[in-house]
This record gives sequence, C-alpha cells and structure tokens, in this order.
Amino acid sequence: MSKQPVQNTLAIEQPDLTPRRSKLLSLRIELDPTRKESPWWMTIISVLLALVFCGIFIAANGMNPITVYSKMITGAFGTTFGITETLVKSIPLLLCGIGVAIAYRISVWNIGAEGQFLAGAMAATAVTVYFPNMPVYLVIPAMIVFSILGGGIWGLLTAIPRTYFQVNELITSLMLNYVAMLALNYFVFGPWKDPKGFNFPGTPVFTDAQSLPVLGDTRLHLGLVFAIIAVLLYAFLMKYTRWGYELRLIGANPEAAKNAGIKISRHILLVMLISGGMAGLAGMAEVSGVTHRLMYGISPGYGYTAIIVAWLAKLNPLGLVISSFLFGGLIVGGFSVQTIGLPSSISSMIQGAILFFLIAGSMASKFRIRRNG
Amino acid sequence: MLETYSVEMQGIVKQFGSVTANDHVDFKAKAGEIHALLGENGAGKSTMMCMLSGVYRPTSGEIYIHGEKVKIRSPKDAMKLGIGMVFQNFRLVQTLTAAENIILGEKTSFWRGPGWMKKKQEEIEAIATRFGLTFPVDRPIWQLSVGEQQRVEIVKTLYRGADLIILDEPTSVLTPGEADQLFETLAQLKAEGKTVIITTHKLKEVMAISDSISIMRKGKLTHTMEKSETNERELARLMVGKELTAQKPLASRPKGKPLLIVDQLDVYADHGRKALNQMEFQVHEGEIVGVAGVAGNGQKELAEVLTGLRSWHKGSITFNGSPLKNASVRGAIEARIAHVPENRMKSGLAGSLGIVDNLLFKSYRKRSRYGFLRSRANRSWSQSLVEQFDVRTPGLDTPVRQLSGGNQQKLLFAREVDQDPLFMVAVHPTQGLDVGATEGVHRLLTEMRGQGKSILLISEDLDEVMQLSDRILVIYNGRMVGELARGEATREQIGLYMAGVRDEGDAEEEKVI
Repeated sequence: MSKQPVQNTLAIEQPDLTPRRSKLLSLRIELDPTRKESPWWMTIISVLLALVFCGIFIAANGMNPITVYSKMITGAFGTTFGITETLVKSIPLLLCGIGVAIAYRISVWNIGAEGQFLAGAMAATAVTVYFPNMPVYLVIPAMIVFSILGGGIWGLLTAIPRTYFQVNELITSLMLNYVAMLALNYFVFGPWKDPKGFNFPGTPVFTDAQSLPVLGDTRLHLGLVFAIIAVLLYAFLMKYTRWGYELRLIGANPEAAKNAGIKISRHILLVMLISGGMAGLAGMAEVSGVTHRLMYGISPGYGYTAIIVAWLAKLNPLGLVISSFLFGGLIVGGFSVQTIGLPSSISSMIQGAILFFLIAGSMASKFRIRRNG
Repeated sequence: MLETYSVEMQGIVKQFGSVTANDHVDFKAKAGEIHALLGENGAGKSTMMCMLSGVYRPTSGEIYIHGEKVKIRSPKDAMKLGIGMVFQNFRLVQTLTAAENIILGEKTSFWRGPGWMKKKQEEIEAIATRFGLTFPVDRPIWQLSVGEQQRVEIVKTLYRGADLIILDEPTSVLTPGEADQLFETLAQLKAEGKTVIITTHKLKEVMAISDSISIMRKGKLTHTMEKSETNERELARLMVGKELTAQKPLASRPKGKPLLIVDQLDVYADHGRKALNQMEFQVHEGEIVGVAGVAGNGQKELAEVLTGLRSWHKGSITFNGSPLKNASVRGAIEARIAHVPENRMKSGLAGSLGIVDNLLFKSYRKRSRYGFLRSRANRSWSQSLVEQFDVRTPGLDTPVRQLSGGNQQKLLFAREVDQDPLFMVAVHPTQGLDVGATEGVHRLLTEMRGQGKSILLISEDLDEVMQLSDRILVIYNGRMVGELARGEATREQIGLYMAGVRDEGDAEEEKVI
C-alpha cells in the first residue's frame, strides 16, 4: 500500500530541516541535498582565501604580504631558471598526483604516496646497486620497471588488507610511509652507503647510464616526459576505455556498480597497484634525474603535497597538470623568499592553508543561502 | 466517565515538500496503556511518532500532553515533557559503553571521575533491574547484541524520566525470543504506570500485547479500537483497506513453459538471519507474478538472489532450462535477467553520471571493442533509447540526479528492456512516482508480458500487484504461504496471508510455533 515516496524514510534518518529563522538578517542557511560538488569558482576562492590567511601571518612577521607574494611569483615563474626549477619540482608532484587521483576516483583514500615514492626510489636504486654492469641501454628501462613495481607493491600492502580484512586504508597507507622512510634510512646509512662518501648518508653517485638525460644545462630531466605521458594515459583511460568506465561507475555509486556486475575488490587491488606505481615512478625520476643518488631525506613531502594537488585539480587530468605546476612554483617560490629573511616553510604553510580552505569550501557549497520570506 | 489521555494529537498534518505524509490525523493514547499504532510501511506511523518526540515539527495541528497544549520543537522539549522514543535504528554511539550512552548529553556535574561514573552505573543498573532489562553497563555498544542495544535505548528513555515511551517497530530487529522478553518488559512498564506506544505492522504482536489499537492507512488514521473488540482478521482487512476501483483486467494469456524454477531455496540475510526458508515457486513464460507481503519477510533477499547479488546456501534455481550461477551478477545479466532495483537512486543509477553512462551499465561489455568504449556509437544508441522511451532530459550528459523520478525510472527501464531480457525482477517499480509515471511503468510491464516475457513483481502496493499479476504469491517469513490466481484473489485473502494467517487450522499451528 505504500505509495509513500522515498523522502519519508530518508527523512527519519536526518534532522528536520525545517528552516530555522535567523534573528540577525532576514537570510537563512539550509542544506541543499541536490548539491554534491562544489562549483569551479569555489576552488579559486579557496586559494585566494588561503593567500589572505597566510598574508596575516606574513604581516605579523613584519613583512608586506604583497612584496612576499610577488617575490615568490618572480622567483618561481619570472626567470628561465625559475621556470625549469618549478618544472623539476612539478614532475614528482604530477606523477604522485595522478597516483592518488586514480585511487580517489574509486574512493580509496590513499595517503601513502610518500611511502610509495620512497619505495620506488629504493627499487630503482637497487638496480644500480646490485646490477652495476648491466648493458647501458637496459639500465633506465630496468629502473623504471623496478620503481613502478616497488611503488605498486607498496600500494598493494595497503590494498590487500583493505580488500580482504576491511582495514582502513587511511591508517595503513599513512603508517607505511614511515616504514618506507625508515627502510630508506637503513639502506643509506647501512649497506648501500657510499664507501668513499665521507660518511654522507647516500649511495654512490649514479653513472651517466643510470641518470636520466637533462635538458641543456638546466636540471630539467626526462621525467617530465614520463609525467606528461602518464597524465595523457590517465585522461585517455578514464574517458575512453571500458576499465575507465568501470572506475567511473564505482566512484559515482559503488552500490550500482555491484548491480552492473563489477567486482569492486578486484578493482581496488589494481588501482592501488597503479596508484603506487605512479608514485614509485616519481621516486625513480627524482633519484635518477635530480639527486643522482639515493640519500637521506630525498623527498620534501612530495607524496603529501600530491594529495593537495589532486584535490585542487578535482582529480581532473588537465587540472592535475595546472595544480602540480602551481605547487612546484610554490616550493621554488618558498626558497626564493629566504633571501628576504622568511623561512622557506612559508610554502608549506600556504599548501596547508589551501587544502584547509578547499575542504571548507566544498562543505560550504553544500549549503545555500535564502532570504526569509 | 472522563477519560484521561496521556497524549492527544489533533488534526496533525505533515508535509514533506509536495508529499503529505500525515493528513489530519487525530491520535489519542490513554495513560498507562499499551497502544499499538498499526499500519503498512509508509502509512505514516513513524512520521507521527517523530513529531511526538520532536524530531519533526507538524505542518499544522496541535499536541496535548496530559490535557495541556504543548509545542514540541526538539527532542529536548520532548524529553522535558517525559516523552522518550526508541527508534528503529538505534541512536547509540558504538564506541561508548552502555552507561556512557545513557548519560550522554547530561549537563550536571563538571567533574566526572571514576566515583561519579560508578554511582551513575549503579543508578542505571537499578532502573534496568526494576524493569527486567539486563545488559552489561560497562561494555561498549558494539559488543552488545541487537536485543541488548534495544534495552539500552529503553533504559535511556527511562533514565531521562520518560513516562511515555514510544517504540518504533521494536521487534523488526529482534529474534522471537528477544521479542518475548521485550513484551514482558512492556508489561512491566505498564504495571509501573507508564504509557507505551508501539508502531508495528505485525498483527500477532498487536493482539499479544496491546490494550488499544489505532490503524493508519495512507497517511490517515482510519480506526481506533480496544483490542478486546477486534481480531486479527478484522485488523488485516482494515490495514490493507478496501478495493478502490475495479481495474480493467488484463487479457489472460495461455500459460507458457516454466521459465524460472526456484526449489527449496535457503538464503541467509546479512546478519546470519535466515531470510528465505525452503522457498519454492515457479514463473512461467509470459506471465507477471506478483509477490505480495509485508516488508522484511524476505522480498529483498529474494530479489537479490535472483539477480546474482546474494548467494544461496541450499536448493537450486533453474532458469531457462539451465542452472543459474550462484551469486554472479554477470551470470544473471548474461542469462538475460533484468533488474529494477528497489531504490533506483541507491543501487540502480549513478546520480552524478550522465545519461549515456547510466544506460551503459549492463551492456558496456558488449558495447566496447578491445577494451575501448565505442563512444560515438554509444551516444547515438543512447539518443535513440531516450527517444524511444520518451525520457525527458535537457541532454545526454545531464547528471541523472537532476531528472524527475519518473524520467529516472524510464531511463532505468530503457536500459533493462534494451537488454532484451527473458525475465525481469521489478521491486517496487512505482515507488515515489506520480500517477502518470506509474501508469507509464505499468504499461511497460504489460507490454513486456505481451511479448512473452516474464516478470516477478515485488511490491507492497496491493493495488498494483492485483491489477498487473496473473498470479499472486504471498511471502511470509521467507516462504510463499499463499498462491492466488487473478480473479480469485481478494484483498482480504491476501491480507490474511500477509499476516501469516493461513486457514483456521493453520492459524492455530502458527501460534504453537
């Protein structure tokens, strides 16, 4: 006999949303259940608010925020050197960003890109350590394959407990970051340490065959091409393939995906393998292209920044390119303000503030403001 | 004699948007009685009780507590008036202990040391034992059984000083043993002078424990009576209502070969409860078989088993001459079984995706080559389906969330019918649709039948079941308890089967069990 619509049962679960009247203004704020995504301009507003927010702290340090920001912008984008450096920083951000974005597509909250990055860097270095006499043309491909597998397996360490034992991936992926970091420390302080390195915690410097080619006399390396290929593949797979469709479906409505006969657990495993693999590739690009050795403290938190990069991009491929470039600039800009007496950690502060305002913005856009009438 | 009413609700109207959930309801409960509010799912019982406990506010109407007019704006107000409600899904914090849950929200005493907690626990235990409600007070909620959790909820209301206790579908989550225990508690509460209101759709319970009975149907309160004045048969009849209009019957078709044979099927629900018990039935080619029954008697699990979403433990399903694969959605799709799920936005469609993606659900494996989707071909295919099924949409990329309910359902039918199914499992296919859209769905179903396809129509809307079905099966407690052909089916007979009453002799037998 029930001709009653769904609202009825749903509404029992939620508090009564009969508008409460605000005494201050003749406006009211109410939850709009039809809104699920924040509009694009919310992203820009969030970034601007984050800059204003950090400006207050800069001003409190006795600096003019405008001067500081313009210094950062010219430092990061104003010179050829600045731009190439920005690109160098954006390579690992973009690769890790693709990795986390693909996991977020199906609501697997991988925050372990940092650990997967380090695992990839270690796996690539293992090739140089254990196969020093490999044929020259095989070295780089082997390092690539190993790094992707290394990072991917690190990702699987999160995916397997999640799939088979319902272990929250947020916790395992985060914890595995520390495991990877400590493992790296073990290698560079222990068995892999350069015997001629005056006790410096790092492996011997890579040979030319073990290093990625660079552009002219800049530090910009072939990793940029990897990142661009990866992002194109990501865009293509998502849009045009059957597999991408399945991921889209799982992301949009896992319950419905089950109805379409999609095995979600299998997808989680594969996606985490790829997600970790991308971060691992970023690790390889970093050791082989920038530092030319595995050493202590190799990542300034690329894997964490990548999470913000992915959110800012809303998991969109083009957005990933733009946001990783901007965040690369933020890191480089942070270095350039050191000359006027601010710590470079200003860029970490801005990063954090951006994420904070992004999340606040997406919450806020679930509400609408109405005039009382 | 002037009777004292603990609660009087007068002319209550509650609207959710354009939908009226309660339409001028007058409800009264006497002090110190157990009052049962009886009605089908969606009859508006819970909504009424939510207004009494401050979860909702009525659109119009008045509430009197002990003869005084009150305004209940929040659960806090309700608590002050001595009204406590135990919801169907408990409102407990899983990680806190039972005692902590009960004192949650209490604003007395800033310092809460172990001594204070101990005192509170003793206080709670004293209340609990007085009413025969035992549960471990110092264990976290997630370690307690469902029955124990319910007891915590009841004690919570008592601790907060409730003398009017509302229980919303209290036995729906309980085992029979736990239910009996609950009834003893309710009797105890009554003996202490508390007023108890329970909402339910189970007739046996009503007859077992209540003093007075109110019956709701389609948002209206139709009857109030003393238990002694009535019996199960009458209640069943009042609950399902009278036949509204004689629908034009469908032309009968010759009975085809058996298409689906379900044999001795045992299926367990999520928490290990046996949902289908030795289920047996057949569906023939070209017939619509309606499954009527009160919600929660195994309909959901039956639909899930047939569409591959749930596994079965014993028995077999033969479909189109060969055995159906256990728990394989793809197996069911490939066997050409279509599915119209119960809640289209929850499990049938992906609200944030566009028309094309939603139409591809079942056929994307066919509509791709070497792993690539045939985007252009799929778009024109979608366009033709949209036109064929008259889905009103601004464009093929519009998120389907933005379509009206009727258009969403048309889209879903377009997808399922385009698969050229042999058999369709349709669960509440017209739920939440307006009259026009409902008619459209009914037309689609009868057209499919006309093409020799079979449909299992699982619905709580008896009118719909009786209008469309060639045969009506009634499900009760995981079993088909009755079968009626079109024509011989009367609402009264179906209502009795739904309530688990078979024939006079059988009714006795049920009670013994």
